[in-house]
Amino acid sequence: MSTVNQSKFAAKGVNRRQFLATSAKATCAMGLLGMGLTAVAKQSSQLDPLAIRPPGALSEDDFLSACVRCGLCVEACPYDTLKLARWFEGAPTGTPYFTARNTPCEMCEDIPCVKACPSGSLNHELTDIDDSKMGIAVLTDEKNCLNFKGLRCDVCYRVCPLIDDAITLEMQHNARSGHHAMFLPKVNSDSCTGCGKCEHVCVLEEPAIKVLPTHIALGKTASHDTYINTEETTLEMLNKGLEL
Amino acid sequence: MSQTLKQKPTTHGFAKAAIKELGWWRAHKFLFLRRLCQVCVFALFAISPFIATWAGVWLLKGNLSASELFGVVPLSDPLASLQVLMTGHLPELSLLLGAVIIALLYAVLGGRVFCSWVCPVNMVTDLASWLRRKMNLPRTTEMPRNLRYYLLALVLILPVLTGLTVWEWVNPVPVLYRAALFGAGSGLWILAAIFLLDMFISERAWCGHLCPTGALFGLIGKVSPVKVSAVNAKDCDNCMDCFVICPERQVLKPALKGKQPMITDSDCTQCGRCIDVCAQRVFQFQNRKNQNRIALKAENNQ
Repeated sequence: MSTVNQSKFAAKGVNRRQFLATSAKATCAMGLLGMGLTAVAKQSSQLDPLAIRPPGALSEDDFLSACVRCGLCVEACPYDTLKLARWFEGAPTGTPYFTARNTPCEMCEDIPCVKACPSGSLNHELTDIDDSKMGIAVLTDEKNCLNFKGLRCDVCYRVCPLIDDAITLEMQHNARSGHHAMFLPKVNSDSCTGCGKCEHVCVLEEPAIKVLPTHIALGKTASHDTYINTEETTLEMLNKGLEL
Repeated sequence: MSQTLKQKPTTHGFAKAAIKELGWWRAHKFLFLRRLCQVCVFALFAISPFIATWAGVWLLKGNLSASELFGVVPLSDPLASLQVLMTGHLPELSLLLGAVIIALLYAVLGGRVFCSWVCPVNMVTDLASWLRRKMNLPRTTEMPRNLRYYLLALVLILPVLTGLTVWEWVNPVPVLYRAALFGAGSGLWILAAIFLLDMFISERAWCGHLCPTGALFGLIGKVSPVKVSAVNAKDCDNCMDCFVICPERQVLKPALKGKQPMITDSDCTQCGRCIDVCAQRVFQFQNRKNQNRIALKAENNQ
């Protein structure tokens, strides 16, 4: 092999100096190009908060490592919910997403999109659609939500596939009228799958409840915090306190 | 070579001898078959959803990045799959199996057969090259041809450094397919950029010098038994038509003037245009076995 290379170089009259110069040039060019491409990729990886990934999607970073943008999940979806992102849209080009306000996830029991995914960017370990975490519904606007005005809209609550679990109505005294009750929709983030049906059906022009990606919707306890699980921690502390 | 290449090819007379000698059809046969193949592969993806609703069978599902044949056989782009592996993500078996199937397929058919017979970008760059010829645009400085291997290395290193399959943001091959199949037309600016690059900046810049997908398929195709061979090199009258039309013209000279007539350079896309445009019928598709037989025959005759 090396003799072949040497003879090649000899034939073209490439000497060490030229070789080093060419290598340096090529390295610089590829370095610049690489930085440019990375900048483009990173810049356009800022997922629109209203673009929701399909069920079973890995965390956004892992998802972007894995997804080959083949569109098999899009073609597997019987409700045309999923779209492949275009350039200059709110998701990295070619990756699947849906916008809950337009078309929510219909929560197919056999989860065809996950089954179709060849790369595992939609995790095949997800077998019960009720376990999916596409996002978390958040009641973003209490001011305009009709139920907070004392009306019985309840549409988000009634349409929820996990009614009385993912969304509950909390009865509260209506201080404004003095003798009525208010039924306030409340999202249980442990159960909510992020299917987006609540956002889809919200009767307001701009929905008061929105599905947000989990990392935006949820707070996170610092890892050094001892109050991660308040119930257990408190008991443990009490017990320890008794021991002391 | 450079001396002869400097003569500007007159487009009016291009391949006239071949058309006259062989007739229009035989002088355009492989071009036509190639376009047909490219369109058919695309059409299979495009009409499959309709066939599926009508007959319940998906012929081809997905796109060139990864797809399913008959809903069972996985096929996937080896470069995309390699990139995913390089990010450190272990994909489902079907993606890897699909990449192996595709790699084996092109190892048999000839690696860059993908470039000229399947890849949709080829139509864009061929159009640029055709317009270049029609408009008699001057030859420009060539980029080094091994740039594509540097780019291939870059494409495979970036996922390691960034954790992102960076190339897939701009890879023009799936961009074109997604644009056509999933209506993602806004990515077509990349194709426009490639067209302008090929047309006005550097001849055959994309497919011939840069594309990392082509580079990988070229490497895969090194073992392929199918090759173009200058079987009648002695009949060559130096009309240079094959040099004008060939997207990788550096592969022709060794076959025409060298010791053995087979084009062994993995850069050859096996588009067959040299076969088309040659009135002397110098070139033919061959497999390596036949080649050896011809060489033996020649030896025996001497």
